[in-house]
Amino acid sequence: MNDLSKVKKIIVKKPLKLDCGQEISNFPLAYETYGKLNENKDNAILVFHALTGDQFASDINPITKKDGWWRHALGPGKAFDTEKFFVICANVIGGCMGSYGPSTIDENTNKPLGTNFPVITINDMVNAQYSLLDFFKIETLFAVAGGSMGGMQVLQFVSNFPNKAKVAVPIACTASHSAQNIALNELGRQSIMADINWQNGSYGEKEKNPDKGLAVARMAAHITYLSKKGLQEKFGRKLQERDDLKFSFDADFQIESYLRHQGAAFVDRFDANSYLYITRAMDYFDLTKKFNGNLSKAFANSKTKFFVISFTSDWLYPTSESRDIVIALNAIGANVGFIEIKSDKGHDSFLLDVPDFLGTLKNYFKSTYKE
Amino acid sequence: MKKEFKVISELIENKSRALDVGCGDGELMKYLFENKTKDIRGLEISKESVQNCLSKGLPVIEGNAENDLMQFPNHSFDYVILSQTLQAFLNPEKVIKELLRVGKKAIVTIPNFGHWKVRLKLLTKGTMPLTENLPYEWHNTPNLHMCTLKDFFIFCEKRNIKIFKSLALNQEKITEINLKNLMYKNLTSDLGIFLIENK
Repeated sequence: MNDLSKVKKIIVKKPLKLDCGQEISNFPLAYETYGKLNENKDNAILVFHALTGDQFASDINPITKKDGWWRHALGPGKAFDTEKFFVICANVIGGCMGSYGPSTIDENTNKPLGTNFPVITINDMVNAQYSLLDFFKIETLFAVAGGSMGGMQVLQFVSNFPNKAKVAVPIACTASHSAQNIALNELGRQSIMADINWQNGSYGEKEKNPDKGLAVARMAAHITYLSKKGLQEKFGRKLQERDDLKFSFDADFQIESYLRHQGAAFVDRFDANSYLYITRAMDYFDLTKKFNGNLSKAFANSKTKFFVISFTSDWLYPTSESRDIVIALNAIGANVGFIEIKSDKGHDSFLLDVPDFLGTLKNYFKSTYKE
Repeated sequence: MKKEFKVISELIENKSRALDVGCGDGELMKYLFENKTKDIRGLEISKESVQNCLSKGLPVIEGNAENDLMQFPNHSFDYVILSQTLQAFLNPEKVIKELLRVGKKAIVTIPNFGHWKVRLKLLTKGTMPLTENLPYEWHNTPNLHMCTLKDFFIFCEKRNIKIFKSLALNQEKITEINLKNLMYKNLTSDLGIFLIENK
């Protein structure tokens, strides 16, 4: 599909015991870096990507030729100021941008692993990415940060490695996937699996990929990333290149055309099986489970400074779920800041140009790094 | 009111744990951070102010003292500070109760409605008094429950709250308030600063 042989990778040699019980070793983890690691090695930030993201957080993605997903936040002079910080971002395991995932070719069969790939969790993703600290010989990260599933990885990272990051910034996320979150992910998975081309995950050639199913999954998910108000303002009932309704099932409305475009563009850059695996990992995410429902215990040994951020119009990971994280942290006297940023842009706010969010984050990093 | 910060700071022991309720733009937090203790948190209702605080790297959470103090465990702070906001709450009594649950001690500062200028304005003009410290009209004031220093003394006595220290701030002058000079201080002070604890 895409030429992934040229992306930066480390091979994780050390065996990693996955939550499902399986052990993996010698697997590839693709990553990208921005900025320079300083001599003291105290300016590194590990950024975690969301469901459909990848390691190319900024600049032009060399594979898709599109702008990096966190271009508004990451770059010279931006919130993640690459003139000051060394930012590392890896493709999660289960992903499809060079890391070990269902599209990795099985050496024995010369075919993609497909559903022979083990079911992975957020915990597994984070443990795999921890290898990057060893690779760069970084003792302590200045920060870990991420939005949505990236935020879940932030929480998991701090819980697993209490004193490996000075600052943690979980954005627009939750400590435990809700029934609504799971339901929406299941909708996407069923759409992929209902595509005749899915073939129990053993599709391989480009023409026969389950593109239709994946596109519908993306369309449905995309709606959940926006707010009603945002959609109404951008599209309303505007018609798509026509003066009147056509009394057909064509895309009469701009919103229909927009969603179709989102779906079609997505299948060119994303693997359907990866979508299944990663949404599954999100659904399995419940940081409280190991601690008998007590989220505070997940952070018991942490000296990390937390900065929790949510957005007013995010109904996918609403403010109340960020507040639950804050409450759990306050219960153990952790160092925590929290703000709900005002934005009409829904869950996607964390990816977009939202000045209150980006400005506050930039200054927060600046003043916290100095301390 | 930098003087107020200094007085509050002097009431706090070094390296103790403090929470500033209604911390605004974090001026007091910053002052305490630099002069007294690094272990300080803030709670603030205004988004803009919270953004300003976080921009300075101050650990402030967005929230309303009337609902969001609940999340803090009993006596999880050595001091809980409430600077000139008690009068703005719907239910100040509930807030004081929460302050003394969350903090081992509380520091409460109160703009004094008993000041002679306030009294004189009401007496002579017959309209709600506007002063330098209380610049709002009756219809747009955030101050729902104004009280005098004497009112607060009586409140503490009735609620079994011990006043460790009470100070009066007049212009830039600091003096102690006691039961003997209360009448006078209640006439001349702009601000009362109280260090309190449950009996």
